[in-house]
Amino acid sequence: MTMYLILAVIVLVFLIIFQISKAAEYVAVLKGEEQNRKNTNKVNGFLMVSFLVVGLIGVWYCNKLFFGKTLLAVDSASVQGERVDSMLWITLTVTGVVFIITQILLFWFAYKYQESDKRKVFYFPHNNKLEVLWTVVPAIFLTVLVVIGLRNWFYFTGEPPKGAQEIEVTGKQFGWIFRYPGNDGVFGKKYYKVIDAGTNSLGLIWQDNADLNLKDDPATHDDIVAEQTMYIVKGKPVKLIIGSRDVIHDVGLSHFRLKADAVPGIPTTMWFTPKYTTEEMKKITNNPNFQYEISCDQMCGNGHYSMKGVIQVVTQEEYDVWMAKQKPYYLAAFPEKDPSNQKTDSTKTTAATTVASSLIAKK
Amino acid sequence: MSNEAILHGSSAAVHEVHGDHHHEHHHHETFISKYVFSQDHKMIAKQFLITGMVWAVLGGLMSVLFRLQLGYPDAHFTWLENILGKFWVKDGRITPEAYYALVTTHGTVLVFFVLTAGLSGTFANFLIPLQVGARDMASPFMNMLSYWFFFGASVVMLSSMFVETGPFSGGWTAYPPLSALGSASPGSKTGMDLWIIAMALFVVSSLLGGLNYIATVLNMRTKGMSMTRLPLTIWALFFTAVLGVLSFPVLLSGFILLIFDRNFGTSFYLSDIFVNGVGALPNEGGSAILFQHLFWFLGHPEVYIILLPAMGMVSEILSVNSRKPIFGYMAMIGSLFAIAILAFLVWAHHMFVTGLNPFLGSIFVLLTLLIAVPSAIKVFNWLTTLWRGNIRFTPGMMFAIGFVSLFISGGLTGIWLGNSALDIHLHDTYFVIAHFHIVMGVASMFGMFAGIYHWYPKMYGRHLNNTLGYIHFWITIAGAYLIFWPMHYEGLAGMPRRYYDYSIWESFKQFGDLNRFISTVAMIVFATQLLFLFNFFYSIFKGRKVTAKNPYNSNTLEWTTPIRPGHGNWPGEIPEVYRWAYDYGKDGREFIPQTEPVGADESHH
Repeated sequence: MTMYLILAVIVLVFLIIFQISKAAEYVAVLKGEEQNRKNTNKVNGFLMVSFLVVGLIGVWYCNKLFFGKTLLAVDSASVQGERVDSMLWITLTVTGVVFIITQILLFWFAYKYQESDKRKVFYFPHNNKLEVLWTVVPAIFLTVLVVIGLRNWFYFTGEPPKGAQEIEVTGKQFGWIFRYPGNDGVFGKKYYKVIDAGTNSLGLIWQDNADLNLKDDPATHDDIVAEQTMYIVKGKPVKLIIGSRDVIHDVGLSHFRLKADAVPGIPTTMWFTPKYTTEEMKKITNNPNFQYEISCDQMCGNGHYSMKGVIQVVTQEEYDVWMAKQKPYYLAAFPEKDPSNQKTDSTKTTAATTVASSLIAKK
Repeated sequence: MSNEAILHGSSAAVHEVHGDHHHEHHHHETFISKYVFSQDHKMIAKQFLITGMVWAVLGGLMSVLFRLQLGYPDAHFTWLENILGKFWVKDGRITPEAYYALVTTHGTVLVFFVLTAGLSGTFANFLIPLQVGARDMASPFMNMLSYWFFFGASVVMLSSMFVETGPFSGGWTAYPPLSALGSASPGSKTGMDLWIIAMALFVVSSLLGGLNYIATVLNMRTKGMSMTRLPLTIWALFFTAVLGVLSFPVLLSGFILLIFDRNFGTSFYLSDIFVNGVGALPNEGGSAILFQHLFWFLGHPEVYIILLPAMGMVSEILSVNSRKPIFGYMAMIGSLFAIAILAFLVWAHHMFVTGLNPFLGSIFVLLTLLIAVPSAIKVFNWLTTLWRGNIRFTPGMMFAIGFVSLFISGGLTGIWLGNSALDIHLHDTYFVIAHFHIVMGVASMFGMFAGIYHWYPKMYGRHLNNTLGYIHFWITIAGAYLIFWPMHYEGLAGMPRRYYDYSIWESFKQFGDLNRFISTVAMIVFATQLLFLFNFFYSIFKGRKVTAKNPYNSNTLEWTTPIRPGHGNWPGEIPEVYRWAYDYGKDGREFIPQTEPVGADESHH
């Protein structure tokens, strides 16, 4: 019912607007088109300059409303992101000044030089000095922006510092799988054809396979695999080795100001140094539910909008405690090989865990 | 005196117009040869325009639907279910499948069918022969085919809306593997087959049209019409056609490889894929990124295919209505040329985060930001054209001024996104949505509106209602800014595009109110466009008749034709041209048409 009412109202409004416009046309013809046109011209000239004023106020008001909701209101959560932010401010200043000047000129000229019987137009077809001026000046500013941009770009895409933690991130429809290299610090080999959605989500090669001509890679045996939540350490550079199991995804880390595509068959990398733990960010953002979210930023299917991962940034101690609790993925697939399932060997397991955490601590 | 009579003045004037009209129709034309399989460039232009309008309404309606979901994610529109059916709406909510299909089709249709076919198809067809002084296109038959291939593409695209598995839903860029694997997304089944067929037909249409435009501009200019006397519209449409002819085949090649991957088991784009519920696929060794290179090799020039015609028309309209020559004619051509060249050298700036070689990326940063220089030249030249002019605010002129404003606003954010180190943060967020909708979408739409309002008297021999035009302009420009300006802020919060629902995201859910606001404004702006359409179609039949051959006191050749030109455009000889198109306000004269010989005592510029 309300729908029909709304429709009726819309149609009525249309009719009224149309009738007014039509009437305006009749009046124009009857009263003399030239005079009418001149009057309309004045009205539109005035509206041009009003639009400028209202528009600039609108820009300010929009900023007032929404600035606090953007990431600019909080500090970047990664060391690298600080550079993104500073570059963003420089670019904003340059483009903002140009925006304000050119919009003012545009609408002011429109108002100022509206048709008048008194004005004789200035025949001004070209002027090389002016053309050179507005070729060279933008070129200089752009060069500066390019130089700043490329310095940052090569820093972001360059090698991470030595000792960076390495984590493999794999996207799938619609979630994230994380792999840590385990005690040996080496990611074991994987091959997508041995993926088993239940027990071997990444296709780690942990047994011989004559059909596919694969040999068991012992380095896979201690790899740790987790879904949805990734743990990293505050202040320690982390390098993500990113891939995808099916279609293209994207690891979007808005708080760290970075992102990289996850492409099937072609690994990509990204590294950064987190500045604040999740707990610290809760205080900084004044949001007790704060999470570092991994958003998939590349259209990947109907569940794209729900493809969420979480990064827990913790201190080294917390990380060690967490890591100590993790079991190699291999043991979940082959429970019979798990020493903790063989009661006699329980002491060995604890020893192994301690070694693991101390190894990670050393790094 | 009846209202009709008031509008159309004395009966003598009406009669004169009619006499003019009948004068050129020497041979008998049937309905089919005149309106359907017409080979008259003016009729083909109208066919492109009206088909483009149909698509603009459909594409716009799609955006209204998905904005309903974004603005009112918790509302239940049960009445929509009755209209659209269960695939599209369940429990009064638009389904994710439908949402992504709408987003995808909205993008494809607006970019290709409306802003390529509807814009350059219309105005290249209409203006090139009229402004260069030719009786028709180089090949009227190919020109007709160009429209009918477009029509075919439209039919196929429309039919994909009705298949059981849904239309294609992987985004207008159609990145594989998503677009290649029906098992990864239902929209990539039959819907995608139809999408590719429609796009292939569209490419054929574009090529037939583009070759014709180039041939006509190069070979069929009237006596005296040297290249440097062409109006800027023609230069812009010429570069547009060149861009299309050189880049659309690359897109087609990309699509052909995609067809092979989809149907014939090849692995151009596929490698190492395990699909949930299906298992590991046999394809190995392909590169999903290859498609992106092929796609964006067209995709970026496509942006300029959309924008250049608008720039050309705006240049012309600004000059005519400022009663002043366009400032820096040669610089305008030079900057168009620079943009056309650079358009081919920047495609990978859409791919900064794909794992592209960083060195290669840096080259693309440099070339991308270089485009800002010719763009800046154009903006400052337009501003100088207004300076000390005598401006008439016709609706066409208002849209031209609006174009410049939007081009500035959207162009400046290109400087942000073209710089890879910032793109790495802003890529695929609402910042990008705001950027390209303002600079390419709305700005080009404004160029198109400017063109329609300005040349409507030439197209139909009648005037549009100006008051409706002004209402249309003010609501649309205010609405465009209200919709897209705040989206920059969503982007600066990192809010990703193409999300069906943000409620589970701690980082992005703070914009619920804003999204509702944007959706509401979008609906109002959409309704306003219907007002424009009404004005358009009503005025074809009932508009005030044009009584002067040259209603704007304009210099260009199209205004030397009869008010309603027949096939062949000029009843007698094609006029000869003696000067450039922009002698406004020279030597104290309001305007000097191109057909007037240069006087002995005329000053040089």
